[in-house]
Amino acid sequence: MEILIALLIGVLFSVSTYLILTKSLFRVVLGTVLMSHGAHLLILTMGGLGVGSAPLLGEGASSYTDPLPQALILTAIVISFGMTALLLVMTYRTYKVHQTDDLDKLRGRLDE
Amino acid sequence: MSALHIAIIVPFLFALVIPLLYNKVPKIHTGWFVLILPTILFGYLLSFIPTISSGETVVKQFAWVPSLGINFDVHLDGLALLFGLLITGIGALVVLYSVFYLTKKGEALHNFYFYLLMFMGAMLGVVLSGNLMVLYVFWELTSLSSSLLIGYWHHREKSRYGAQKSMLITVTGGFAMLAGFSLLYVMTGSFTITEIIGQADVVASSALFIPAMLLILMGAFTKSAQFPFHIWLPDAMEAPTPVSAYLHSATMVKMGIYLVARVSPIFSGAPEWFWIVSGVGLFTLFWGSFNAVRQTDLKSILAYSTISQLGMIMSMLGVGSAAAYYGYEGGYTAATIAAIFHLINHSTFKGSLFMVAGIVDHETGTRDIRKLGGLMTFMPITFTIAIIGAFSMAGVYPFNGFLSKEMFLESMVHALHITDFNMQTFGMLFPVIAWVASVFTFIYSMILVFKTFTGKYQADKLDKKPHEAPIGMLLPPIVLASLVVLFGFFPNILSHSIIEPAVQAIYPTSLTGIDHFDIHIYAWHGFDSPALWMTISIIAVGLILYLTLSKWQKIYQFLRLHKKDPINYIYDGILDKLVSGSAKVTNLQMTGLLRDYFVYMNIFLIGLAFYTLYHFDSFGVDTTNVAPIPLYVWIIVGVVAAAAIAVPFINNRVASIISVGFVGFLVSLFYVLFRAPDLALTQLLVETVTTALFLLCFYHLPELRKEKFKPTFKWINVIISVGVGAMVTTMALSAMSFGNKKPFEAISQYFIDNAHDLAGGDNVVNIILVDFRGMDTMLEILVLGIAALGVVTLIKLRMNGKEDV
Repeated sequence: MEILIALLIGVLFSVSTYLILTKSLFRVVLGTVLMSHGAHLLILTMGGLGVGSAPLLGEGASSYTDPLPQALILTAIVISFGMTALLLVMTYRTYKVHQTDDLDKLRGRLDE
Repeated sequence: MSALHIAIIVPFLFALVIPLLYNKVPKIHTGWFVLILPTILFGYLLSFIPTISSGETVVKQFAWVPSLGINFDVHLDGLALLFGLLITGIGALVVLYSVFYLTKKGEALHNFYFYLLMFMGAMLGVVLSGNLMVLYVFWELTSLSSSLLIGYWHHREKSRYGAQKSMLITVTGGFAMLAGFSLLYVMTGSFTITEIIGQADVVASSALFIPAMLLILMGAFTKSAQFPFHIWLPDAMEAPTPVSAYLHSATMVKMGIYLVARVSPIFSGAPEWFWIVSGVGLFTLFWGSFNAVRQTDLKSILAYSTISQLGMIMSMLGVGSAAAYYGYEGGYTAATIAAIFHLINHSTFKGSLFMVAGIVDHETGTRDIRKLGGLMTFMPITFTIAIIGAFSMAGVYPFNGFLSKEMFLESMVHALHITDFNMQTFGMLFPVIAWVASVFTFIYSMILVFKTFTGKYQADKLDKKPHEAPIGMLLPPIVLASLVVLFGFFPNILSHSIIEPAVQAIYPTSLTGIDHFDIHIYAWHGFDSPALWMTISIIAVGLILYLTLSKWQKIYQFLRLHKKDPINYIYDGILDKLVSGSAKVTNLQMTGLLRDYFVYMNIFLIGLAFYTLYHFDSFGVDTTNVAPIPLYVWIIVGVVAAAAIAVPFINNRVASIISVGFVGFLVSLFYVLFRAPDLALTQLLVETVTTALFLLCFYHLPELRKEKFKPTFKWINVIISVGVGAMVTTMALSAMSFGNKKPFEAISQYFIDNAHDLAGGDNVVNIILVDFRGMDTMLEILVLGIAALGVVTLIKLRMNGKEDV
């Protein structure tokens, strides 16, 4: 199953990179969202999939899945959520100020 | 710290007082205060003559950075004393001259004397330091202060050009020299010159010998204006004349000579050293004298003449280095003695000639020899000084230039006796070039005097009526001209006191015990001396050529030399190309487009990752520990992949937002499947909020253009994004197989074992978040807080009426 998920992660990274390379600022933000999904799945996959039950001790199971990647991902989800929110609002402000989301037009002056 | 250390530092300290004196005592010309210092230093250095001439060396140590072997050691031997006397002696005369040359009104005297004293201190530091690193520090200080002095009249464009040029060229050489010094340190483990000389055999047998030699010579050649680095010197003539006289004839340009003489004990004896030093010197001698003839500006003539004379001294040092190969009895030391003697002579006559040029400029308003003429009757004293200086430069009896020119010619002829170094093939060039260059030297010396002081007086071309200069301005050149005559008639007053210790410093290992060089300088060598006949023929041919000057001067136009030195085209071309080339590179790469930078980053990342995997042969797919795949996982994976791949193809914003949200919700389904309930919960929540935010953000942009996305398809983007995906997958798979090969215990078992007992909770993930690794959570909360503040600020921020960004 890990190999399949690794391939899926590859797909997510490919799509998000493609989005980031387009010239629409909005799509760049979408790309970052997809990329964070890919990264979270990657952390989980690298911790190993499918052995044991959920890491809740009350269950009394004989083996549990690895709790540490889950804790790491939880932190990462929240942080990437904060980032996404900020990026979105920045995109919104950029629209407001420059009336465009075309990164080519947002390029600024040549002598910068 | 000894008195000698203080002698080096005192000019710097005094320089600090200069602006104060300039402001507080405006009635007295600041130069008068400055004059005291070089005079005292000159007297102080004179007091060392008895010690030094008895063959001793004064060494004073002062630790600076002892851990790196860099110490401010003063090493006073014959060579250092000779240069020290030149620096302080001519320095005093130049300061006196400048008092009359620069007026109190309209000149920034405090700047001038500040730079001049800084230069003087730096020069003393160069010649007196016994440590290569300290020498380098002072060396660069001379470059710096020299550039400041050249650009003294900084409102003139030519001054700035000249200052920049000299700075660039000498600092380039300085850096090369630093590299050479570092190589010497690598070879010998010391920066102390005497210690390195002691290990000369280690250096000679090292593979780094040639690189170190070339790099150090690069420093010497740039500083001493040797071909092809001579081009900065004629442009440095934009400096005030006292500066030209002091820096660009008598002292600073001789630093390269000093360096070559100083490191001679390390390098001489090698054929490469012999050929480079004497070859470059001879060519510079020829090139300088050949170009000096076509100049029409007095100072330009003198500049090319300086280049030529420096080449002459350099070539003599080169020929003299044969003595290290053949032994000191072979007569090649005579070339070195001649080099030292001519060095002194050149300082005296060239200094006086520059001062003459300055007087002419000062009293007539021009230095152009086409406008000058017939000044003899107006300025008899200046004329006399000019005659003495120019005839000495041309090598006419009875002045000191005659003696050193004789010795030069003799040593060049003597160089024919060298049987090694391929001298049989090219040896004949030495006396031939020397002869030709001496003819040109004779011609320009004559031009210098006779075109300026004799001929027709052209009153209409001059701004002011010429008259004799004030006595204070005449005094320094008179002193120098008297020395020219004095050394001409009594050369041996120098030979034992100054020249012999200096030669001894160049050949430190040659003498044993009380033995010493027997230096006698004669004006008369007998009829069998080749130098006598060469001198006679030089004067004869030179006279004929001078008198027929107008007939053959067209040759310069024919050779396309009449505008400027062709090396200048190369220099200007390189500078232009550097500027335009770097602008091109910058424009090519810094496009200002976010996309392009992402492309660079990703290409680099992909290349690096795949290269590393390939290099360590770490590709691998390991199926030993993988979990089985149930059917529903296949389905979800397929759906997620499809939803993600669809996003770039969707032309509608809302649809793409929904598609991305879809991926997010399915990811939370994965978390459910992979037994991570907390993650699934959080992901669901966050995804909901994110999607809502996206939609809100989108909804609240009413004035947005109605146009739909028209994403352009680019193959390069596809290749790069597929590459990134492949990279991530490959690395994930390789990491997994690597982890299976070298398995180690995961730390998680500890968390599972102890969550209940130590932390009192059953939800291990939550226990990790708030107990075992609570710090992460705290900072994550901080991140959220900052993001929230940022969001609020961005929305609320309104720069009313100002720049709205």
